Amino acid sequence: MKTEISAWEKVEIARNPNRKTALDYIENIFEDFIELHGDRGFRDDKAMVCGLARIENQNFTIIAEQKGRTTKENIERNFGMPNPESYRKAIRFMKQAEKFGRPVITFIDTKGAYPGIGAEERGQGEAIAKSMFEMAKLKVPVIAIVIGEGSSGGALAIAVANKVFMMENAIYSILSPEGYSSILWKDSSRYKEAAEKMKLTAKDLYDLNIIDKIIKEPKKITNENFKKITENIKKEIQSEIAKMSSLTKDEIVNDRYQKFRNIKCLKEIGEEENVIKK
Amino acid sequence: MVVDKIKKRETKNVNNKKSKIDIPIGKWVKCEACKEIIYKDFVRENLSICPNCGHYFRMHIGKRLELVIDEGTYKKFDLQIETTNPLGLEDYPKKLKALREKTGLEEAVACGTGKIKGEDVVICIMDSGFLMGSMGAVVGEKITYAIEQAIELKLPIIIFSVSGGARMQEGIISLMQMAKTSAALTKLDEAGLLYISVLTDPTYGGVTASFASLGDIILAEPGAMIGFAGQRVIEQTIGEQLPEGFQTAEFLLEHGFIDKIVERKDLKDTIHKLLILNKGGKT
Ligand SMILES: [Zn+2]
Repeated sequence: MKTEISAWEKVEIARNPNRKTALDYIENIFEDFIELHGDRGFRDDKAMVCGLARIENQNFTIIAEQKGRTTKENIERNFGMPNPESYRKAIRFMKQAEKFGRPVITFIDTKGAYPGIGAEERGQGEAIAKSMFEMAKLKVPVIAIVIGEGSSGGALAIAVANKVFMMENAIYSILSPEGYSSILWKDSSRYKEAAEKMKLTAKDLYDLNIIDKIIKEPKKITNENFKKITENIKKEIQSEIAKMSSLTKDEIVNDRYQKFRNIKCLKEIGEEENVIKK
Repeated sequence: MVVDKIKKRETKNVNNKKSKIDIPIGKWVKCEACKEIIYKDFVRENLSICPNCGHYFRMHIGKRLELVIDEGTYKKFDLQIETTNPLGLEDYPKKLKALREKTGLEEAVACGTGKIKGEDVVICIMDSGFLMGSMGAVVGEKITYAIEQAIELKLPIIIFSVSGGARMQEGIISLMQMAKTSAALTKLDEAGLLYISVLTDPTYGGVTASFASLGDIILAEPGAMIGFAGQRVIEQTIGEQLPEGFQTAEFLLEHGFIDKIVERKDLKDTIHKLLILNKGGKT
């Protein structure tokens, strides 16, 4: 029997430390994955994993926010919270993808870009802005997949894609429900209510046209059913890339541009309030 | 993404008001930097700068237009839009309506065309008096429309930012305006047109992490607070106090993220000079 999972329960599922991380997806979906490092400016930030891989004879550039799978790894990877170098590394790989005509697949899984002194000194805002700017221009297809937490600008920075997929129990939002309730209601204890209000579930975001595809998943992902899930994602990637293969470079850019250009939720001043679907 | 620093300041102001109820409302203003009580008109006549200590007060759209745009040349874009309230928050549309009536502003940004010492430009000016200059769909759409108009009219664009970040009330729709405005700027870039971004106090969050940081030239007013994450969030995360001068315009200049700090009195001349110097190789 299938029962509805509440928005807050999805937040908990998305944050579960045992949830599959980007590398788990990458290793299952692709062949010959090779990680390549560094932003060529400051250092290699391990909160972001970049590299090359293929599915059959199609090569890809991979850009992924990576949480640790153990405490030790989490410390190395800064709990998946990128510093500016991560976004600059991502930009380096986006440009190479375009140079060599490879589609880009990104995996989104972060609580947000890291709020630290060094991050500000090295231009966290500029790095995120530039990442979206470069991504918007890419002349190759881009697919973003929200696999866990997609929180704030730190997530969107690598999600300016032609198609955005989202795991059924992942979340994607302007910030955490805790932050949202404390800023908007000055009451951090109302986080569960915030989660329901924020429209952060895959279903809500699909209805708002923010994401294009919901990837089905069982309430609990195990090693056994994960094979099936990643097999499905592989097929979806192949199918979308095949569809986009008939587009010219300009059409690919324009397709992505229009997707974001049309996110409005606007009406003429004074016009009747649209009824918001529950 | 909205900034705690700003919240802190607002609370501070409220406290001040409470403790100084003997000050006649409307005519006097307290400088938050030197704590001096100053006659409002003196501040207004002084480019909204404290005559006592030189602290920059936040500037409203009207004053800012007066400061940089030639008199009588500003024509606003006719874009009568408002949010559909995508999260269905009960009091949000009412709040917007009340703010429009109270401030006389349509939203947190005004956009149009005008002249700067005779040079045609597209100009966008944000206002902290409207939900702390936060970016929802209206701000995102107006900025994007202004960029598209700049391309259409082959004009340079100047954006004055002041913002707490993305607007919470519109949730993910607000977040997406970061991508929308940044993508629009790729088209401006391809058209070979100039974008001057001017950062004023405070510029934070989703605005810093989108169009405000993408200028060909980025200017800032002295002492302006500029950053991605709010100061309280950073302090809570790292568990230590922030260094003196952190996230000021001077700090950003030192770290290479802005081109120049420009005093208010020199803004118009500086922007004009940059407009001329960016007209290709020979003028
Ligand atoms: Zn003063």
